Amino acid sequence: MSGHDWPLWEVFVRAKGGLSHRHVGSVHAPDKEMALHHARDTYTRRLEGVSLWVVKSDDIIASDPDQAGPTFAPAEDKIYRHPTFYEIPDEVKHI
Amino acid sequence: MYTTELDKQPEKKNVTPIDGAEDPALVEAFEARVAADEFIEPKDWMPEAYRKTLVRQISQHAHSEIVGMLPEGNWITRAPNLRRKAILLAKVQDEGGHGLYLYCAAETLGTSREEMIEALHSGKAKYSTIFNYPTLTWADIAAIGWLVDGAAIMNQVPLQRTSYGPYARAMVRVCKEESFHQRQGYEAMMHLMAGTPEQKRMAQDAMNRWWWPSLMMFGPPDENSPNTERSMRWRIKRETNDELRQKFVDITVPQAEYIGLTVPDDALAWNEEKGGYDFGEIDWEEFYAVVRGEGPVAKERMKARRDAWDKGAWVREAADAHEAKKRAAAAA
Repeated sequence: MSGHDWPLWEVFVRAKGGLSHRHVGSVHAPDKEMALHHARDTYTRRLEGVSLWVVKSDDIIASDPDQAGPTFAPAEDKIYRHPTFYEIPDEVKHI
Repeated sequence: MYTTELDKQPEKKNVTPIDGAEDPALVEAFEARVAADEFIEPKDWMPEAYRKTLVRQISQHAHSEIVGMLPEGNWITRAPNLRRKAILLAKVQDEGGHGLYLYCAAETLGTSREEMIEALHSGKAKYSTIFNYPTLTWADIAAIGWLVDGAAIMNQVPLQRTSYGPYARAMVRVCKEESFHQRQGYEAMMHLMAGTPEQKRMAQDAMNRWWWPSLMMFGPPDENSPNTERSMRWRIKRETNDELRQKFVDITVPQAEYIGLTVPDDALAWNEEKGGYDFGEIDWEEFYAVVRGEGPVAKERMKARRDAWDKGAWVREAADAHEAKKRAAAAA
């Protein structure tokens, strides 16, 4: 390493078939193969998963936490998007 | 393996007034979020002092994991049998992994890996005092697993709810793995205590040398722990040094008695009223001397650490060269 850190990679693990990959942490590595090796050694020493993804951290586009209000708030006034918004008599079953 | 903030000197009790230069509205909103047990995430606004405290605590914790590999790594080739060797290898590998989780968590606060490694190697950064004691016999490896990792777990369990998200998540992983460390240590101690008189002597000797340093791992007493008050308010810490130390003594003493080990403390006595043990005075002069780097093997540890880094340079260079070659081939 010549005076710089290797690029950072985010690591995602699928715990078992049927589940999504989930973010578990990150590793530094010069390239994608090494990133995968490091991810394997660092995050799956105890059968934590059946599949690994590594993604360069720089390639992730994130929403701005300072804008979390305007970004997500509109959903709050659209309560008719939730099933509990609708009143259905108790006699009606299976709905 | 361990964390408590370390300062070179016992400072006078001075709680710094928070952050004159920062926008009071932001500070207030932050305090309210933390007080409501919300997690703070990397890109959220946070007071500079919160960021600095976390960088110091998480990086010290990471360094401790990395340096913690050294006293045990010394014994891998001398483990008494293949089973113990495989266990010790796995444990040392875990410690390396824990260091990596924690460095990553610290990096989310804007410090680089390189800066942290540099601070460790130059002697600027602190790590747990416990690793500056020598590991003289195999029984020391048993004692480290049982007592040192036991004390570490006590410290780390509450940190799974620490207010900084990446740190809390790293601690969840660490805690899951740490229990194996403690149990294998106790089991190794149990075997020695069921052995020959010489093995029993060896176990007791290790107990005598590791007991007090383990109690010191919880850090200075609360009245001398300058950062505790603010760290508790910010939910970086969830329990005080003395509370955790008391818990550790209360659960560990019966474990020692069960296998016939004597706790090297004449003042140790069950206190029915408080429902816990009273125990003797800790030699804080020794603690601060070790924090200042005067531990019996401090120099040796740092030299071993720097040597490992320097001797691994060719591996890092080869990885770089391989990446450059592939990049060139892809471009051609």
